[in-house]
Amino acid sequence: MYRSHVLVCGGTGCTSSGSQKIMETLRTEIAKAGLDKEVSVVQTGCHGLCALGPIMIVYPEAVFYSMVKDEDIPEIVSEHLVKGRVVKRLVYEETVTDEGIKSLAQTDFYKKQHRIALRNCGVINPENIDEYIGTRGYEALGKVLTSMTPDEVIQVILDSGLRGRGGAGFPTGRKWQLAKNLVQDGGQKYVCCNADEGDPGAFMDRSVLEGDPHAVLEAMAIAGYAIGASQGYIYVRAEYPIAVQRLNIAIGQAREYGLLGKDIFGTGFDFDIELRLGAGAFVCGEETALMTSIEGNRGEPRPRPPFPAVKGLFERPTILNNVETYANVAQIILNGAEWFASMGTEKSKGTKVFALGGKIKNTGLVEVPMGTTLREIVEEIGGGIPNGKKFKAAQTGGPSGGCIPAEHLDVPIDYDNLIAIGSMMGSGGLIVMDEDNCMVDIAKFFLEFTVDESCGKCTPCRIGTKRLYEMLDKITKGKGTLEDLDKMEELCYYIKDNALCGLGQTAPNPVLSTLRYFKDEYIAHVVDKKCPAGVCKDLLSFTIDKEKCIGCGMCAKQCPASAISKTDYIAPGKKLPAMAIDPAKCVKCGACMATCKFKAISKK
Amino acid sequence: MKSLEELKAIREKMQGSVALRNEDSDQTRVVVGMATCGIASGARPVLNTLAEAVAEKKLDKVSVTQTGCIGLCQYEPIVEVYEPGKEKVTYVKMTPDKALEVVNRHLNGGAPIKEYTLNSTTL
Repeated sequence: MYRSHVLVCGGTGCTSSGSQKIMETLRTEIAKAGLDKEVSVVQTGCHGLCALGPIMIVYPEAVFYSMVKDEDIPEIVSEHLVKGRVVKRLVYEETVTDEGIKSLAQTDFYKKQHRIALRNCGVINPENIDEYIGTRGYEALGKVLTSMTPDEVIQVILDSGLRGRGGAGFPTGRKWQLAKNLVQDGGQKYVCCNADEGDPGAFMDRSVLEGDPHAVLEAMAIAGYAIGASQGYIYVRAEYPIAVQRLNIAIGQAREYGLLGKDIFGTGFDFDIELRLGAGAFVCGEETALMTSIEGNRGEPRPRPPFPAVKGLFERPTILNNVETYANVAQIILNGAEWFASMGTEKSKGTKVFALGGKIKNTGLVEVPMGTTLREIVEEIGGGIPNGKKFKAAQTGGPSGGCIPAEHLDVPIDYDNLIAIGSMMGSGGLIVMDEDNCMVDIAKFFLEFTVDESCGKCTPCRIGTKRLYEMLDKITKGKGTLEDLDKMEELCYYIKDNALCGLGQTAPNPVLSTLRYFKDEYIAHVVDKKCPAGVCKDLLSFTIDKEKCIGCGMCAKQCPASAISKTDYIAPGKKLPAMAIDPAKCVKCGACMATCKFKAISKK
Repeated sequence: MKSLEELKAIREKMQGSVALRNEDSDQTRVVVGMATCGIASGARPVLNTLAEAVAEKKLDKVSVTQTGCIGLCQYEPIVEVYEPGKEKVTYVKMTPDKALEVVNRHLNGGAPIKEYTLNSTTL
């Protein structure tokens, strides 16, 4: 029995900022103070506020310490844990008020959030199955096996309106129904989990696996019962070592408890799960490529039909759902379809997890009801854009998605609305961009990614994305023509219509959406040969305002290309001659501008 | 594990401890003064007794926490009970035995023990 729990985040974000060391020091200091029988230190998954890591929460007071350093630990132990005095200077500043420490649930970052998929992340120890059971874990599996038929399970998932969280938004219940009914020959079927999260900027699946791995295992067993499968596979990226480690621990514990394996709960239902590690190919997140990879072949997509529900893994009926989709399943079984369907919009129910990144204050993970507007996510939960800059666009859906401009900030976010405005939900990466981001450059960045990751099986994707990239590159170098813009658009539609798999079909989206909303920026690059955001180096020129320059020469010292030299002009009131940049030698690194204290250097 | 009963047993064993991490505002807060004065006059056994008894009785709406010195050092150990919507009750000169009584009669039974409170002591 412990009177107090100190939760330390052990997610990837906080681990990389040193939370493992903090946990060790904490245990040593607590033992030194003689509190090791009273205070327990618990490693948890991600709390979401990754920007403020390492994060530590002391319960029952729910005091939230952020950016904790190893050397702060003795003070926290001797002041807070021994004497009950909160170390205010280390507490997340928004929770410190005149009346004392307010609860984390009331902060801007958390108050609009509604956590279903992330409900245990940051709350329980993911390496202890008992803690998961303590929060009603495996109760849904017990309920399903002892009191529901497979059809009833599928009906509940159908009624809940749950749609695939991997991006495309296919109704989950429908997928399960097809896999159960289309082939009924009594042979093996498979349940797969897509944990090959590859979109740049998306990390919600990793956080669920790291923070609540049993939720995924339980849901897969439920799915296995629903479709009549006894074997599951989780395809997880090898680049997620903590997730892999915790999944292995979780599978081991579940087997030990008999929650995976033969005759679960004495009902005669068998189900087991194995891990398969992905070797880093983006295309393996595509369902048919993923299955081909599990089979031991080169990860390349195959044409559909036949759909996986008929011929999937090892040519047998298979369902493949994303990690976040599974994380909702047990909650739907426990709380009912109506409960889940009461959240969200007409066609998109429940909540969605977004990974906030880019030019935003609170980088991290948020879970909000479907239908929340982009403005609420960016400005309220995300804390807005740092340094007083202006919002320009938000990129959703990674390399398959598009950019949403400021004029659509108030659109309620759900699957259908995002498609209508030329983007897509994708897995939920949300990258915020401000006025310093060039939209042509962003499109080029994503195309570079798809060119790299194209598996090469079909021509439209292999060659088409490369040609698109080349045109974008030409434009950012100031060599594009207006005709290129038209050609580019035509090529985009050609790739969309003809590529074999989802990766190729959505690859042109970043180009199409920036062309749609930011055509003026493309035109500025092509016609005026200028980059309005000042990003594309070939279109930039740095100049020194000779009236402001005091001639100190600091810029010339910084210049790596020796492009700056003295002129013979001395501005009125100044003592030394002004400096000037030779555009022929300038490499546009910007070092001179960063070093000038008199704001005499500008880029255009 | 072969039955739902076994699952339930683990859940109940764990619930008390996981419930400590909840942030409901309708919780009753039991706060023990744990500054130097409190610790010196024996607040730690009081705190531990309270925490254990609350968990044992599965009072999941009650959280036991600690605080600093509230300035009445000669009355330590001090335990304050904040129930939502009710006036704060301040118990003074607590011992583990008195703490057990508070859990049984006040937190579980709903009746504050007047004779242990600050109001019944002459200042």
